[in-house]
Amino acid sequence: MIPELGQFSLVLALLIAILQSIVPILGASRGNSTWMNSAKTSSLLMFFLVLFSFLALVYSYVVSDFTVLNVVNNSHSDKPMLYKVVGTWGNHEGSILLWVLILVTFGAAVVVFGDEIPSTLKARTLSVQAWILVGFISFILFTSNPFERIFPPPLNGNELNPLLQDIGLAIHPPLLYFGYVGFSIVFSFAVAALIEGNVEPVWARIVRPWILVAWTSLSGGIALGSWWAYYELGWGGWWFWDPVENVSFMPWLIGTALLHSAIVTEKRGAFKAWTILLSILTFSLSLLGTFIVRSGLLTSVHSFAVDPERGIYILILLGLSIGGSLVLFAFRGASIEDDGLFSPISREGGLLLNNLLLVTCAGTVLFGTMYPLFLEAISGEKISVGPPFFNITFAPIALILCSVMAIGPYLNWKKADLPGVISRLRFTMVLSLFGLLAIWYVKTTGPALAILSFGIAIWLLLGVIQEWMERIKFFDLSPKTTLKLIKSMPRASHGMTISHIGISLIVMGAVASTAWRQESVIFAELGQKNDFAGFTINLEKIENIKGPNYISKMASIRVENSKGFLENLYPERRVYPVAGSGTTESAIRQTLQGDLYISFSEAADKSIKDKWTLRLIYEPLVNFIWLGAILLMCGGFMSLSDRRFRRSFSQVKKITLPITEPG
Amino acid sequence: MKRVLFIFPLIAALGIGLFSVWGLTGDRNPSDIPSALLGKPIPNFKIETIMTEGISELSNNYLANLEKITVVNFFASWCLPCKAEHSSLKKLKSSYDIHLAGISYKDKRNDTSNWLSELGNPYHVVGLDISGRTGIEWGISGVPETFLINKKGEIIYKFAGPLLGENLVHFENLLMLELNKEK
Repeated sequence: MIPELGQFSLVLALLIAILQSIVPILGASRGNSTWMNSAKTSSLLMFFLVLFSFLALVYSYVVSDFTVLNVVNNSHSDKPMLYKVVGTWGNHEGSILLWVLILVTFGAAVVVFGDEIPSTLKARTLSVQAWILVGFISFILFTSNPFERIFPPPLNGNELNPLLQDIGLAIHPPLLYFGYVGFSIVFSFAVAALIEGNVEPVWARIVRPWILVAWTSLSGGIALGSWWAYYELGWGGWWFWDPVENVSFMPWLIGTALLHSAIVTEKRGAFKAWTILLSILTFSLSLLGTFIVRSGLLTSVHSFAVDPERGIYILILLGLSIGGSLVLFAFRGASIEDDGLFSPISREGGLLLNNLLLVTCAGTVLFGTMYPLFLEAISGEKISVGPPFFNITFAPIALILCSVMAIGPYLNWKKADLPGVISRLRFTMVLSLFGLLAIWYVKTTGPALAILSFGIAIWLLLGVIQEWMERIKFFDLSPKTTLKLIKSMPRASHGMTISHIGISLIVMGAVASTAWRQESVIFAELGQKNDFAGFTINLEKIENIKGPNYISKMASIRVENSKGFLENLYPERRVYPVAGSGTTESAIRQTLQGDLYISFSEAADKSIKDKWTLRLIYEPLVNFIWLGAILLMCGGFMSLSDRRFRRSFSQVKKITLPITEPG
Repeated sequence: MKRVLFIFPLIAALGIGLFSVWGLTGDRNPSDIPSALLGKPIPNFKIETIMTEGISELSNNYLANLEKITVVNFFASWCLPCKAEHSSLKKLKSSYDIHLAGISYKDKRNDTSNWLSELGNPYHVVGLDISGRTGIEWGISGVPETFLINKKGEIIYKFAGPLLGENLVHFENLLMLELNKEK
């Protein structure tokens, strides 16, 4: 009964979405405020209906209802409760329902938090959001119904892939989707603005917090996915340039560009059409990501069950939303007039360069991701594009971006004094150069580009810190007044500093752990000592242990360095009897200087029965990546908490409401 | 002119869309990239052996009937990278429960036997592909090239080039994965 109710409420939500895609937007063009306001009620109603539907599916998982096909395929009654719940979105049907839940959440959030948004803009935005909803809810109902029944019901389920039985699955997809789908509301605002035919700085002010929310979640989602692959899945790396990683990275890159161009649109009334285009592109790339993951168009480690019918359906959805919005942009975009002239050397100019570099980065990633498809279509040749391509194309652009990023915040609006800025930065430059030479002295191995990159990351870090210290007048005022000044300054400006520091740490971690990584496979007997990357590794014993739904062999490994004992590590080999597969649980000694990563497996040959295979990896500074990602998110939250966003809304109300609300 | 600029994003999106439509229709499998033989049984071949006791012919039937994980390595005495990976092959043979077959590719009988006596013979069985015909069947592009074959006699991985350093580590990981699958 519960699954049927879930499906029924989804059907109701579809009907309401169809209404909402027509009525409010007609109301906005006719000046009928009742029609416009209907979007408020219907958005909230849809939110509750989809939430109910989602909870109905969660319930089916919790009680292990094996009359539901989706539960049979992805769950098992012996599974721990947490993974039963998490299993709801560990598959195609459930995850797309979560997608839709987030879509309606953003719609409802606009109603709840957007009191100050002009009502015509709000009505049109919510209608556009409803168009997307119609597409996705019908996609679920027609091609991927999670509530489909099976008869006769089997005695037990097939169990979720053991790799996915991890706490990472509980958080990574929801956070990632929150980011992906969060850009849907930005897209809707942009399309609504194109329909209205004018873009004012106020528009950017309204949209910026939504960009920030989506961008912050997407940053967190990507970082968490990378952390998950690295620590839990034992893939021995944190980024693989896999198509599915790339498609989450592209919206992030374009979204980052959007974050910056929207500032220019808000503060200076420039880059208007560009900001609109980026809003459309960010969500388009999120959609492209969803499409690629679920259609089996490209090879990836992240494949869902592949079904060409679904692929075609999503492609049609994509064609309508991306194609439609870009057609609208082609017609209306050219008539959007920019205000605010600026000289090439200015804050605007700097942000323009930032945007061009970020978009170029995204372009190379897009090209590398789609190239195998292009080539196969044209020549029939099958290839896969791997890290070497991205290392030579993406890395240099990203490095240029990082080196100019240090200078950007020093530039004034309209016209800046570049020689003056450079002379202010001369000590930082010299200091960074010393940093670079120091790295070179310590690390003579590895590519020269790595040393240069690390130097640039140091330059960025120092440049950002210097700018912040100058801004808070660190050397000119007493600590007490400095603290007061810090508190009185807009939080968004501190947010920028924190995020930029985060980027420099990510670059340091990425460079060090890629260029100076050490890896080795050894065959060890019990009690045998091995030297690796400055550690002495001693395999002491191996025990059999039993978990809730797996059996495991656990090794005890004593790790020492020249100064003595450091830590005992316990890597495991787990076997899940029901799913018939195993996982490698690696053990990690985690320090800020680097991670020592040990995984082990049984002796492969009978003749060397008492030998065990140990895989050892040392990744220097890898934790800087997660630390940087946390700072990136903190910066996002800091900016979101800025009072200006809230205050600005009340100003919007006073100034624009009488003008835009007809009648 | 300005208008063209605003239409450009649409054109780019249409381009990607067209390729995607093509990619979805028709029966293409994006997964079989590295070798046409992946997931397929060992191709038909039959060659004489050298320096191998008790077995006079190396063939696809022989390899498939072993019911053991097999590594097939194409080499030649005239090939310097093969010399470099020689110790890796020795290590593979001594560390894992596998059957290691060598196929000497486009090489003279005497040169092959001299080379193997001088460096040591790491293989369980060595075949002679003097004409290079077997190499064509296996679709190799040069030597050395190494294939990993599962218990069922299907090719699951191919590596072109000497098994050294990171490539060896990768190969061993795959091998261990396959060996662990059986347990």
